[in-house]
Amino acid sequence: MSKEQFDYFVNGDQGKYEVIIGLEVHAQVLSNSKLFSGSATKFGAEPNTQVSLIDSAFPGMLPVINEECVKQAVRTGLGLNAKINNYSVFDRKNYFYADLPQGYQISQYKNPIVGEGKVLLDMPYGSKEVGIERLHLEQDAGKSIHDMDPTSTYVDLNRSGIALMEIVSKPDLRSPEEVNAYIKKLRSIMRYLGTCDGNMQEGSLRADVNVSVRKVGDKKFGTRCEIKNVNSIKFMQMAIEYEAKRQVELIESGKSIDQETRLFDTKKNETRSMRSKEDAHDYRYFPDPDLLPLKLEQKLIDDLKKSLPELPDQKKERFIKEYSLTPYEANVLVSEKEISDYYEEVAKLSDKKLAATWMLGDFFAMLNDKGLNITQSPVSAKNLAELVQSIKSGEISGRIAKEVFEIMVQSGDNPKKIIESKGMKQQSDPKELEKMINEILTKNKDKVDQYRSGKDKLFGFFVGQVMKVSGGKANPQLVNEILKKLLKG
Amino acid sequence: MSDITTQNLKDIVDQVKSKKISSVELTQSYIKNIEKGKKLNAFVTTTFEQALTSAKQFDTKPNFEQLLPGIPLAVKDLFCTVNTKTTAGSNILNNFVPTYESTVTKNLWDNGAFLLGKLNCDEFAMGSSNETSFFGNVINPVGDQLVPGGSSGGSSSALAADFTPATIGTDTGGSIRQPASFTGTVGLKPTYGLCSRWGIVAFASSLDQAGPMTKTVSDCAIMLEAMAGFDEKDSTSIKKNKEHYSKNLKDNVKGLKIGIPKEYRVDNMPKEIDELWEKGKKILKDLGAQLIDISLPHTKYALPTYYIVAPAEASSNLARYDGVRYGYRSKKGKDLIEMYENTRSEGFGDEVKRRILIGTYVLSSGYYDAYYLKAQKVRQLIKKDFDDNFTKVDAILTPSTPSSAFKIGEKTNDPVSMYLNDIFTVPVNLAGLPAISVPAGLDKKGYPLGLQLIGKTLDEQKILNIAYAFEKNCGYKNNIKKWWV
Repeated sequence: MSKEQFDYFVNGDQGKYEVIIGLEVHAQVLSNSKLFSGSATKFGAEPNTQVSLIDSAFPGMLPVINEECVKQAVRTGLGLNAKINNYSVFDRKNYFYADLPQGYQISQYKNPIVGEGKVLLDMPYGSKEVGIERLHLEQDAGKSIHDMDPTSTYVDLNRSGIALMEIVSKPDLRSPEEVNAYIKKLRSIMRYLGTCDGNMQEGSLRADVNVSVRKVGDKKFGTRCEIKNVNSIKFMQMAIEYEAKRQVELIESGKSIDQETRLFDTKKNETRSMRSKEDAHDYRYFPDPDLLPLKLEQKLIDDLKKSLPELPDQKKERFIKEYSLTPYEANVLVSEKEISDYYEEVAKLSDKKLAATWMLGDFFAMLNDKGLNITQSPVSAKNLAELVQSIKSGEISGRIAKEVFEIMVQSGDNPKKIIESKGMKQQSDPKELEKMINEILTKNKDKVDQYRSGKDKLFGFFVGQVMKVSGGKANPQLVNEILKKLLKG
Repeated sequence: MSDITTQNLKDIVDQVKSKKISSVELTQSYIKNIEKGKKLNAFVTTTFEQALTSAKQFDTKPNFEQLLPGIPLAVKDLFCTVNTKTTAGSNILNNFVPTYESTVTKNLWDNGAFLLGKLNCDEFAMGSSNETSFFGNVINPVGDQLVPGGSSGGSSSALAADFTPATIGTDTGGSIRQPASFTGTVGLKPTYGLCSRWGIVAFASSLDQAGPMTKTVSDCAIMLEAMAGFDEKDSTSIKKNKEHYSKNLKDNVKGLKIGIPKEYRVDNMPKEIDELWEKGKKILKDLGAQLIDISLPHTKYALPTYYIVAPAEASSNLARYDGVRYGYRSKKGKDLIEMYENTRSEGFGDEVKRRILIGTYVLSSGYYDAYYLKAQKVRQLIKKDFDDNFTKVDAILTPSTPSSAFKIGEKTNDPVSMYLNDIFTVPVNLAGLPAISVPAGLDKKGYPLGLQLIGKTLDEQKILNIAYAFEKNCGYKNNIKKWWV
C-alpha cells in the first residue's frame, strides 16, 4: 500500500511553515454526582435545580472528594497509557466571576492525578504518536446567561462543581486533520472506558487550542497563542487554519507574535485577542486546605487496570488477527464503541469478513444517507447477520442481497422472511439449473456454435440469459460451472 | 436558693438531673442576666423565645441520660445555626440566615442543649480584642474599660458574666485560649480535626478549630465530649472512636513529665507572667510531676509564619463574599467588577481588608515561593520541634498570653502589637496540637492570667487531667463584681 505524504504546511512568501498544535481538552467526567458534592449532573435540567450549598459556596461549606470521579480519572489515565500518580494535590485557582461561587476553582496544579501518556493516531501517512503531558481533575464553573434580559446577567449553577478532566497534550499535533483524529481518538477511548460521554453539543468535551508556527526545518518553537473554549472539531480546525495564517502573515511582515489568549468567532471565522500576557490573571494557586492530598493505593490502581475494558487499539489488533480484517476495516469498526459492539454481534452470528465488508459498504452508506448513528439503525445486528449468512450459504446472491437489505431498512423485517415471502431465494438446485440452461442453449443454437468455434466472449451472453430467465435468482457460481460444462459439449 | 447561674456547668447539670431546677427556670435565669447585661455587648442575636420553647419541651419529656440535659447555651456567631442569623461579626453577613446547622452545634443539641443566642466576635474571627466586630466592642466583665480578648470575645465575656453556663469558640491562632486567659475562664483548642469544621464560617482552614470555653476543667471535659467527633462532611476530620473525657477525668499527675520551653520567656514580658509560670511549675512539681527544660527553637518564627499562612487562606476563603448569592450587596456600581468592589469595600472592616491584602500579596506570582512556600516549610519545622520534644515529655507548660487584658482602644492603631498577643498560642495551631488555658492567678491590677498546657496530637485527656489537678491546687478565684447590673 502506498502511503500518502504528510503535506499540511502554510506557504508564506519566504517559505513553508509548519503548524505546531497542542490541545487542552476538558472532558466532563461521567458520574452521577459532582466532584465535591452530592448534586446531580444531568444535562438540560431546569436552571439552578442541581445545586447544593457546597456548589453555591455557602459559608462553612466544605468539599468532599467524590471517589467515583477519582476512579474515572484513573481509568482514563490508564486508557491513555499514562503514569498514575499515587500522590496528587488539589489546589485553589483564585479569580472572581459571577458564575464562580467560591471565588476559586478547585483544580490540580503542581501534582496532577495522571502524568505522561500517549495516544496513537491512524493517519493516511501512517501511525502517529501524540504525547499526553498530564491529566488533572477540576471543577467546572457555572454558566452566565447574558441574553435573557437586556440589563441583567443570569447565573445557572447546575454546572458549578461538575467534575472535569483536563487532558493536556504535548505540542505534537501538526495539522487540523491530526487534531480531528486526536479528538476522535480521545473521545473513542473515553467512551470505551465509560468515563466521558464525549458529547460536544452538550459541552461534555471542549478544548483550548494552542497554536504556533515555525519555518520548516527550524528547531525552536514559535510564540504560541491559546484559543479558548472551542466546542466542535470543525471550529477547532477553522480556528487553527485562521490562526496559523495570521501568525505567518505577522512573521513575514516583520512583526512579532504576542503570547496571548484569543477567542474564535464562529460567525466571522476568525480569532481575536481576549487578553494579553500582561493582562493574564494571577490565579494565586495554593493547595486547598479543605482537602487532604489524594493518596491512591497501588492496589486500587491495579484493580482498576484489571477491570479495564478492551480499548480501540487492542480491539483493532484482535479484529485483524482473529477476523482477518484489513487494518482499514478494523480501524473503522473500532472507531466507536457502539460500532464495534454492533459489528461483533453481527460477526458472532455470521461470516466475520463478509460482515465487515457489508458494514463498511451498504450498511454505513445507508446510515449516512439517513443521517443516523449506529444505535438508531433500522436494521438490527441479528438481522444483518442473517442477511450475511444468506449470502454466504448461497441462498441469495450479493445482488439480491442489496434488494433484501433495502426492504429490511424500510420494514425492519427479518431477511429470511423477506426472501421467503418475495420468492427471492437463489436457485441452487444443479439439476433444475441444468434443465433451464439446456433449454436456453437449445434456443440459441447459433450462438452455441459460435462460442464453440472460439468466440469466448459469448459466455457473458449465456450468463445474462440465465439470469434473465431465472429473474436474477440463479446461483451465479453454479451457473458458471454448469454453463462451462455444457458448452464444452 | 443561691443564683444558679453563678455555678459551673457540671453542678447545673446535676441539679437539672435531680430535678432541683427545671430547664425553663434555668433558661429564665440566664435570660434575666443577659437582659441586665446588655452593656457588655456580648450578644449579636438572642433566641430567647426559641430557647424557652426548647426548655419547655425538655421539661415535658426530659432525657437525663444526655451530657447536656436541658442546658441553654450561647455560641460564638461563627457557627452557622439553622434559621438563626449568623454574622461572623461582619456587615457582609449582617442579613445571612443559614438553612443548615454546623456539625459542632448540632452535636451539642443532640446532647440535650439548645441555643440561647449568638455571641459577638471579631469580624471573621480576625482579632485579639473583639474590637474588629461590625457589632461593636465587647466589654470584659473584669473591668468596664477592658477588652475580653478575641476573637471569641463575646464567648469569654458572656461566660464570665454568667450569661451562659458554658460556650464554644473557635481558635485559629489563640482565639479561645487568649480570651479565656483574659476573663479567668478555661478554654481548650482541640487537636486539628477533632471537631468538625463543617458549618463554621471559615477563617483559615488549616488552622481553624472549634473548642469549649467553660468555668472549670471538668465542664470543659463535658463540653468537649459533646462537641467532638468524626464528620464525613469535613475531609480533615479525624476518624476515631468517641472519648469519654468527663468520665475519665483524673487529677493524678504523679510521674508525668512536663516540658518547660525556654523560648517562651520573651522580652518585655511582665514580671507577673514569669512569676505565674513559676507558680504553675511549683504546683505541678509538688503534685509529683517532673519538670524538664526543653527547647522549641523555631518558636520565634511562629508569629510571622502564622501571619502569612492565615491571611493567605483567608484571602481565598473570603472570596465567596461577593454579594452575588447571599449577604450584603452594595447598591452602587455600574458593572460586575464595581459591584464586587463596592460590596466588599462596604461589607468588610479594616482588619479583614488588611488580611485579605496580605494574603493576596503572599500568594501572588513571584512572591509565593518567598512567603507562602517558605512559611509552609517553617511550619513543618515548628511542628517537628513539638514532635521531637513529645518523645521526652507528656505535656508542655507555658503562659497563655504575654499580658493580661488591655484597655479598649489601646492597641487598635498598632496591628503588630495586637498580633504579638498571640505569640504563645499561635505555634500550637501551626502544629495542629491540643492546648488548654487554665486560670492561674491575678496580676497586681486584679486582672486574670492563664497558663497553657500543650499536649501531643489527640492527647486531650492528658492535658485535661493535668489542668484538672492544677485547677484543684491553684486556688484561683475571680473577682468579677457584676458592676454592669
